[in-house]
Amino acid sequence: MNTILVALRRDLLLAARRRSEVVTALFFFVVVVSLFPLGIGPEPAMLRRIGPGVLWVAALLATLLGLPRLFASDHADGTLEQMALSPRPFALLVAGKIAAHWLLCGLPLVLLAPLLGLQFNLNPGELQVLMLALLLGTPVLSLIGAIGAALTLGVRGGGTLLALLVLPLYVPTLIFGAGAVEAQSAGLGSSAQLSILGALLALAVFFAPWATTAALRIAIE
Amino acid sequence: MMEKTSASPWMRYASPATFYPLAGKLQPWFAGLAALLTIAGLWIGFFVAPTDATQGEGYRIIFVHVPASWMSMVIYCAMAFWAGIGLAFNTRLSSMMASALAPTGAIFALLSLVTGSLWGKPMWGTWWVWDARLTSELILFFLYLGFLALQAAIEDPKRADRAGAVLALVGVVNVPIIYFSVKWWNTLHQGATISMTKSPSMAMTMLWGMLLMALAFWMYSIAVALARVRNIILERERHADWVRGAVENA
Amino acid sequence: MAQIVLSLMRGLARAPILPGWARTTLDSTYTDAQTTPIPASDRRRPHSPSFPAVPSFMLSAHHLRCSRGDRTLFADLSLSLAPGRWLQVGGINGAGKTTLLRTLVGLNPPDDGEVRWNDTPIRAAGEDFRRACLYLGHHAAVKDELSPVENLRQACAIDGVALDDAQAGDALRRIGLRGRGHLPTSVLSAGQKRRVLLARLLVRPATLWVLDEPFAALDTDAVALMGELIGAHLAQGGLAILTSHQPAPLPAGEFVGLAA
Repeated sequence: MNTILVALRRDLLLAARRRSEVVTALFFFVVVVSLFPLGIGPEPAMLRRIGPGVLWVAALLATLLGLPRLFASDHADGTLEQMALSPRPFALLVAGKIAAHWLLCGLPLVLLAPLLGLQFNLNPGELQVLMLALLLGTPVLSLIGAIGAALTLGVRGGGTLLALLVLPLYVPTLIFGAGAVEAQSAGLGSSAQLSILGALLALAVFFAPWATTAALRIAIE
Repeated sequence: MMEKTSASPWMRYASPATFYPLAGKLQPWFAGLAALLTIAGLWIGFFVAPTDATQGEGYRIIFVHVPASWMSMVIYCAMAFWAGIGLAFNTRLSSMMASALAPTGAIFALLSLVTGSLWGKPMWGTWWVWDARLTSELILFFLYLGFLALQAAIEDPKRADRAGAVLALVGVVNVPIIYFSVKWWNTLHQGATISMTKSPSMAMTMLWGMLLMALAFWMYSIAVALARVRNIILERERHADWVRGAVENA
Repeated sequence: MAQIVLSLMRGLARAPILPGWARTTLDSTYTDAQTTPIPASDRRRPHSPSFPAVPSFMLSAHHLRCSRGDRTLFADLSLSLAPGRWLQVGGINGAGKTTLLRTLVGLNPPDDGEVRWNDTPIRAAGEDFRRACLYLGHHAAVKDELSPVENLRQACAIDGVALDDAQAGDALRRIGLRGRGHLPTSVLSAGQKRRVLLARLLVRPATLWVLDEPFAALDTDAVALMGELIGAHLAQGGLAILTSHQPAPLPAGEFVGLAA
C-alpha cells in the first residue's frame, strides 16, 4: 500500500509541475461533447436519448488522450527502468501510477459530467446515476488503457495504435455505463448495471496492473 | 531458447529447424482434407438441405456464415494459447504459430461479417444489423486487427511476439465479457424480434452441413497456418545454415 | 562456499568449450582471488543509511547468450565477481556492453543462460537482489520538473530508502553540485544531470554497483571523485561492474572484452 502511495505522490507532484496537460484533456472532453448536438441537431428529446452515450464516448476518448503520456516520459528519461529495478514490487508502483492517472484524468471527468449532462436535459436522478457510473467506470478505463499504453510504449504510431488496441476492450464498460443511465431514465433500477460495473472494476484492479507490468517489462528490454 | 534434449521425442519439433520439414509434409494433407470437406459441406448446403420455410433460398449462406464465426472464435483461442505458451516458456516456434494463425482468424471474422451482411440484406432490407452476434464478431475483428497492427508496428521480433502474446491473452479473457455485454445490450435495445442465431427448426441436414463446413474451415486454417509458419520460420531464421540449404533446394 | 566457486572457476577456465577471453577472465579471477587479499583500507562510510555487513556475496553469470535483432551479441559468456573486485566490460560501440550490463542486472532476459546472485538465480532472488544492486545506465534518470534534491528523494523513496532534504543536499554537495540543489533540473547541464544521477551512489546503499559509462561527461575532478567513491566501495567489500571508454582511476580489476 505504501508503495502505491509513493508512486501516486510522485506522479501527482510531477503533474503539478507540468500543469498544462491535465487541463487539456478536460477541454477536449467539453469540446467533443459539444460537437454532437452541432452534428446531430439540438432537439431536446433526442438529446436526452443520446446524452448518456455521448458523454460516455467522450469520456473514453478523453481518457485515451492522456494514456500515451502515462509511461512515455518515465521511459524516455530512464526512471521507468529504475522503478523496474527497485526492491519495491514493480506492479505496485505501476498501480500507483495508474491511480495518479485516474485522479488527474478520470476524476475530473466524473465531476464535470453532470454539468455537461445538463446540456443534454438529463434530470437530477439521471445525473446522479451518470456520476456514479462514471465513478466506477473511469478507473476501469484507466486500468485497461494502461495495458495498451505499456504495450505501445515507444512504438511508432503509438497513439492511434493504442486507441485500436484499447477501444474494443472498453466496450463492456461503455455498454453498462451508458446502460445504467438509460435504465434510470426508463424508470427501471440501475443497480444491476452499476453492480456489473463494480464487478468489472474489481476484475480490472486485480488483473490490469499485473498485465501492465508484464507489458512494461517487455517494453523495457 | 533452451534446446533441451528431453525425454519426449515430440520436443524435437519445438525447434523451428525440425518443424519446418514436418510442416511441409503435413500441409498438403490438410489442404486436401479441406478441399474434400468443403465440397461435401457445400454440396449438402446448397443441394441437400431443404428450403427454409420462412427464409427461402437465401438462408443457405449460413453454411458459410456460421462456420466462419465459429472458426474466428476457435482461432482466436488457439492464437492466444500458442502466444501464451511462447511467452511462458520462451519458445520461438509457439509465438511464430500464433503470428501465423492471426491473419486467417481475421479473414474468417471478416468473412463472417460479410456473409452476415449478405444474409441480412434480403431479410431485413439493410446491409448491417446490430445483432448481438454480428456486433460481437465485429469487435472480435477489431481485436484481430489490433493484434496484427501491434505485431506489424514493433520491429524487434522478440518484443513483437511477447507484446502480441500479452495482448492476445488480455483479449481472450475479455472476449466472454464483451460477448455477454453485447448480448445484454442487444436484448435491451432490439427485443427478441431480430436474431440471426435462432432458427425455428434446425433440420439435421442443415446441422450436418454446417459441421462439415466448420471442419473444412478448420482443415483449411491448419493448412494455411502451416504454410504461413514455414514462411515465418524462413524469415526469422534466415541466418541459420539450414535455411540456406532449404532455400537452395526449393 | 567461496572455495567451491573458485574451484569451479578454475575447472571452467580449462574447459575448451569457452572462448579464449572468457577463459582468461576466469583464470585471472581465480588467480587474483588466491593471491590478492581484500585490502583493509580506511573505512569511509557514506552518509545516511549504513552499509550492510558484508557476507561473501558473489555475482556470477553462466553461459549467457544475448542477441539484438538478428545479431548475436555474445554467446556462452560466463563470469564471476567476488567481493572487493570490479569488472570492466570493454568493446567498441555496439558490441553489446550495455546489453550485458542490463542482462546482469535483470532488465534484459538473456536468450540462454542465467545470472546468479550468491548462487541464486536473480529471478528467484528477486527483491533481495534488487535491494543489493544499484544500476546507473545511460539515461540520467532525472525528472526535469523536479529539483536535484527532490529527484534524489524521489529516487530513494522508490527504492525504499529514507532520505531527508539535509542528507540529499549533503550528497549533492559532495558530488560537486554545490548550491544548485533546489533549482529545477532542466536548467542544469548534461554533466550536472549526470552528477545528480551519481549522487545516488552516496545515498542508496548497495553491494553491487553496475555503472554504464560512469565517467562520461565528467570533468577531471569529478572523475577522480568517482574513482575514490568506487575504490571506497570496493574496499568495504562491494562489487562493481562498469563500462568506460576512458581509463578508470581504479586499482587493477577484471576485464571482459566483447567482440563486435
